[in-house]
Amino acid sequence: MIVDALWGPFVEFSFMRRALVGCIAISVGATPVGVFMILRRMSLTGDAMAHAILPGTAIAYLLVGLSLSAMTLGGLVAGLVVAVGAGLVARHTALKEDTSLAAFYLISLALGVMLLSARGNNVDLFHVLFGSILALDNSSLYLLASIASLSLLLLALILRSLILECVDAAFLRSVSRTSPLAHYGFLILMVINLVAGFHALGTLMAVGMMVLPGAAAKFWGRSLGSLLMLSVLLGLGGSYLGLLLSYHHDLPAGPAIILVLGSIYITSVLIGRESGLLNTYLARRHLAS
Amino acid sequence: MRNYFYCLIILGWVIGHSSAIGAAEVTADKIRVVASFSILGDMAHVLGSDKVDIVTLVGPDSDGHLYHPTPSDGKTITQADLVITNGLHFEGWITRLIDSANYHGPVVIATDGVRALQVNGEPDPHAWQSLENARRYANNITSALIQLQPESANYFTQRNQQFAADILKLQQTARQLFNATPVDQRRVVTSHDAFGYLGQEYGIQFMAPLGMSTDSEASAGNVAKLIRQIKSQNIRAVFVENITDPRLMKQVARETNARIGGSLYSDALSSASGPAPTYLEMMRHNITLISAALGASRDKVSD
Repeated sequence: MIVDALWGPFVEFSFMRRALVGCIAISVGATPVGVFMILRRMSLTGDAMAHAILPGTAIAYLLVGLSLSAMTLGGLVAGLVVAVGAGLVARHTALKEDTSLAAFYLISLALGVMLLSARGNNVDLFHVLFGSILALDNSSLYLLASIASLSLLLLALILRSLILECVDAAFLRSVSRTSPLAHYGFLILMVINLVAGFHALGTLMAVGMMVLPGAAAKFWGRSLGSLLMLSVLLGLGGSYLGLLLSYHHDLPAGPAIILVLGSIYITSVLIGRESGLLNTYLARRHLAS
Repeated sequence: MRNYFYCLIILGWVIGHSSAIGAAEVTADKIRVVASFSILGDMAHVLGSDKVDIVTLVGPDSDGHLYHPTPSDGKTITQADLVITNGLHFEGWITRLIDSANYHGPVVIATDGVRALQVNGEPDPHAWQSLENARRYANNITSALIQLQPESANYFTQRNQQFAADILKLQQTARQLFNATPVDQRRVVTSHDAFGYLGQEYGIQFMAPLGMSTDSEASAGNVAKLIRQIKSQNIRAVFVENITDPRLMKQVARETNARIGGSLYSDALSSASGPAPTYLEMMRHNITLISAALGASRDKVSD
C-alpha cells in the first residue's frame, strides 16, 4: 500500500519516470555548484544570472520556435555574456562584482523585454519560461544528463582553485595564475546548470534547485565533502517528494519540488546539528549552567 | 526560412497599421473599427467589408488571455468609431485600455445574448467555438454597424445574411461528419478547455490537463488522470493548439500511443498562409480534424 503510493506512479507512468530522471540529473549536476555559490556568498548571484539567461532563451524561442538546441544556445550566450562582462568590470574597475552583475543583468532583461514587445506577444511565453518537468522528451533528458556530466567534470577540474578562492581569494591570486580560471570557470558552471534547470523547472525555479539543498546541508555537515554529498542527497529526496506531492495532491510540479526543498531548509534551520536554532539554544543553556 | 516569414509578418503588421491610420484620415466615410482579437477582426471584416477599416489588437496565433496592450493600441482606440470585444471576461485588459484611451464611442460586446456555459462557476468565454453563437456575434456586430452608418443598412444586412447562410452550410457539414460517430464515443483530448461550446453543440466530450485559461502549470496528478482516461476509453488522438505549449500533449501522446491529431485553432486564427486564416476556415479546419480523429478511433474500436 505504502510502496504503491511511493513507487506506483513511477511504475505506471513514463512521464513520472522521465521527470524523476530529470530531477536526478539536475540534483547531481547543479546542487554541488549551489554549495560553492553559498560558500562564495553568491546565492543571489544565481537569481541575477537566471534573469540574465531568460531574455536569451526567450529571443531564441521567438526566432526559431520551441527548439531545444536554439533555446539552450540562446540561454548560454546571454548568460555567458553577462557573467564574463560583469566579471571583467569587477576585476578591472573599482566596482564590486554584485553591482556590476546587477547592472549587466538588468540591461539584458530590459533588452529582452523590449525585443519581445517589438515582436508582438506570440504564443504564451509564460509556459515556455516555466519549463515543464512533466513534459521531458528524450532530447531534453539527454541534454540534462550531458550538462550534469560536463558540470561534474568541470567542477573536478577547478576544484582546488575554487576551494582556495572560497577561503582566501587574495592568497590564491598571489600564489597562482589559476584565479581567473576558478572565477570564470565557476560562472560558466553556474550558467550551464541554470540553462539545464531552465528546461525542466523554468528559469526562476532552477535557482531554488541549486541553492536550497546546499543551504539546508550547511546545517548538517561540516567538511566540504559532507556538504557536497548531503546537498546532492537532499536535492534528490526533495525533488522525489515534490513529484509525489504533485501527483497525489494535484499541485503544479515545479513549485511543489521547490517548496519541499524549502521545507527541508526551514526544518534544518530549526533543528540542524551545525548551528541550528535548537542546538544553539541548548548549547547556550549548557554554558550558562 | 522561418525568420524570413516572421519578418514578413512584422512588415505586414507595420504596413497594415500605417495604412489603416492613413486611410482613415483620407476616407472619412469608412467606419474605423477596433477588434480585440483576430476572430472578431475577421467577422467585422466579413460583415463590413469595404465600408470598414479594421485594426485587430491581438493578431493571429497570439493569446488574447494574456495580452499586454501597447501605447499605440491606446492611440488606435482613441481614433476608433467602434470597438468590438468578446466579453465574458475573455480580454480582461480591454476595459482598462478603453478607459485609459478616453474612448467614449460605442462598444459592442459580441457575446451579448449568448447563453454562456459555466465552468467552475465562471462563464466560459470561448463562445465563438459554437457556430450557433457566431450568428449571434454577427447580429450584434451588424446592428452596431447599422447604427453608425444607417444609410448602408441594406448593405450590412445583406452581408450578414450571406454570413449566416455560410454558417448554416458549415453546420450541416459538421452534423453529418459528427453523426458518423456514436455519441458515447465522441471523446477528444485537447491542451486547454476552449472547446466547451463546440462540444455542447455536437455532443463531443473534450478533456484537457490544464484548467480554463492558458496561464496555469499542469500537475502530475492531472496528467496521470488524463493518461488513465485515454487508455481506458481507447482514445486514439490528442490535439495540440496553436497558442499553447505543445510539449505536454506530445508527452501524453507518447505515453498512451495516441496519435497527435493535428493542431486545433481555439483562441486565434492562423496567419494568412495557415490553415485557419478566417473564422469559417478555422471552424471548418477544427471540425474536419476532430471528426477525422473520431473516425480513426471508431475504426480502432470496431477492430
